[in-house]
Amino acid sequence: MSEANSTAQAPAQASPQAAPAARPLLTIRGVKTFYGNIIALKGVDIDVNEGEIVTLIGANGAGKSTLMMTIFGNPRAREGTITYAGNEITRMATHDIAKLNIAQSPEGRRIFPRMTVFENLQMGASINAFAHFEQDLERVCSIFPRLKERLHQRGGTLSGGEQQMLAIARALMSRPKLLLLDEPSLGLAPLVVRQIFDVIRELNREGMTIFLVEQNAYHALKLAHRAYVMVTGSITLSGTGKELLADPQVRAAYLEGGRH
Amino acid sequence: MEVFVQQLVNGLTLGSIYGLIAIGYTMVFGIIGMVNFAHGDIFMLSAFIALIFFIFLTSWLGIGSIAIALLIVLVLAMILTSLWGWAVERIAYRPLRGSFRLAPLISAIGVSIFLSNFVQVVQGARNKSIPPMVNGGITLFEDNGYAVTLAYKQIIIMAATAVLLTIFWYVVQKTPLGRAQRACEQDRKMAALLGINVDRTISLTFVMGAALAAVAGTMYLLYYGVVSFSDGFVPGVKAFTAAVLGGIGSLPGAVLGGLIIGLVETLWSAYFSIEYKDVAAFSILAIVLIFMPSGILGRPEVEKV
Repeated sequence: MSEANSTAQAPAQASPQAAPAARPLLTIRGVKTFYGNIIALKGVDIDVNEGEIVTLIGANGAGKSTLMMTIFGNPRAREGTITYAGNEITRMATHDIAKLNIAQSPEGRRIFPRMTVFENLQMGASINAFAHFEQDLERVCSIFPRLKERLHQRGGTLSGGEQQMLAIARALMSRPKLLLLDEPSLGLAPLVVRQIFDVIRELNREGMTIFLVEQNAYHALKLAHRAYVMVTGSITLSGTGKELLADPQVRAAYLEGGRH
Repeated sequence: MEVFVQQLVNGLTLGSIYGLIAIGYTMVFGIIGMVNFAHGDIFMLSAFIALIFFIFLTSWLGIGSIAIALLIVLVLAMILTSLWGWAVERIAYRPLRGSFRLAPLISAIGVSIFLSNFVQVVQGARNKSIPPMVNGGITLFEDNGYAVTLAYKQIIIMAATAVLLTIFWYVVQKTPLGRAQRACEQDRKMAALLGINVDRTISLTFVMGAALAAVAGTMYLLYYGVVSFSDGFVPGVKAFTAAVLGGIGSLPGAVLGGLIIGLVETLWSAYFSIEYKDVAAFSILAIVLIFMPSGILGRPEVEKV
């Protein structure tokens, strides 16, 4: 983990005010991703340190979700490297990456519509062979009591907010070290959005590292230790959440005219 | 009345065989949305494998007990046919995944032609037969000198179908493997994100389908005692029809569809004309699909997004 890694990171590792601990968990260097011949990510550098909440904001179509999926190798990065906990995962198969204890609640929720809520949660626990299934089930049910009521209902019959809760709960069932959340607030009522952001904060307080992609920039920046702004496949700005919240460019592009 | 009951028994037997083949179609279609046209030929191939082992065990090794011979044949046929199913998926379908939709379908037709010709070359074009293995039966009742009998081999076939349907239904509904299969069926990309090896799951689906086709092939051989290289096509198409009729993606639906096709076919042959039995079977399919487009036990496509 130490030598090869630290030399690779030396130039970029100068985050001004790293939050709790500055041990890198996820390191993305010069990642380029293509759809066919169309470039979607034009060389992205991002660091996520252990114990942090890092957020990536940007407009629709900027490439945020592509980055989330590229971390999981689908689509695969054509150039650059992705390192997780000291292992290079750029060329690993998607299901093997999942086994390294990274979980994702992806864009569009992607719950299994014809499985019950319970089965969806079982799917989330499949990588750790149900070692602590009962315990984890109880835990996610206490975080999202609505799911407990709907445990034996099919996923496709849930409301949008409930589906989002299920997608997050499913990701939590594997006890991930790193949780990737892609637009958890999309299309939800403000009250539910607040609830979900509270959950994220709470999970982080318990020690989980979180990489959050959001269009709801205000909430995301308030929550995050550090943040990145993506514009058409490149990172244009980065800093602490507070800094970006105060940045005039960010305010003009992502905040004003919105809620605040 | 007697004729009717006898035909009912015969139809259910034939339908059980269709049902076993249909499960393979329905599982593969469910998981990758592809009609595995080679499945009928896998079935035919398995009947030949069973035939070879039957002759080997009974004539050469001289195993006296038919029950033991049948069991060994069944197990060996399932293993070898599964290997074929696995290899076909590996060689002819997996490289085409992610290519345009019709590519694996065309490849499947190619495999189908290959398998029937392969068997024709290796085994010859003539019918191959085995001596009757299981004789006798139970006379259910007798009327006007017409005895309605339930042959032992018919009992074996129906019992095997019921047992296998139960086992496979349990596997798909209640085990981690089945859950992984259903997850791949509903959202392959998400399944991979959760650590499911999608390629392996699809391979296993083909293996399971082929194993059931092997049971069907062995039963077919047991029932008719004759098999030829071209016997994969018509039962294959009928079983596919059964899968669509019962609701593609549904295991009980596949067997139900098989039973209906089998019954229609035998009853039509008994009361109308044997030449048009296939017309009758396929007409039922057309009628059901007009009024129930997703089949009898299929799920209607309503989903909340």
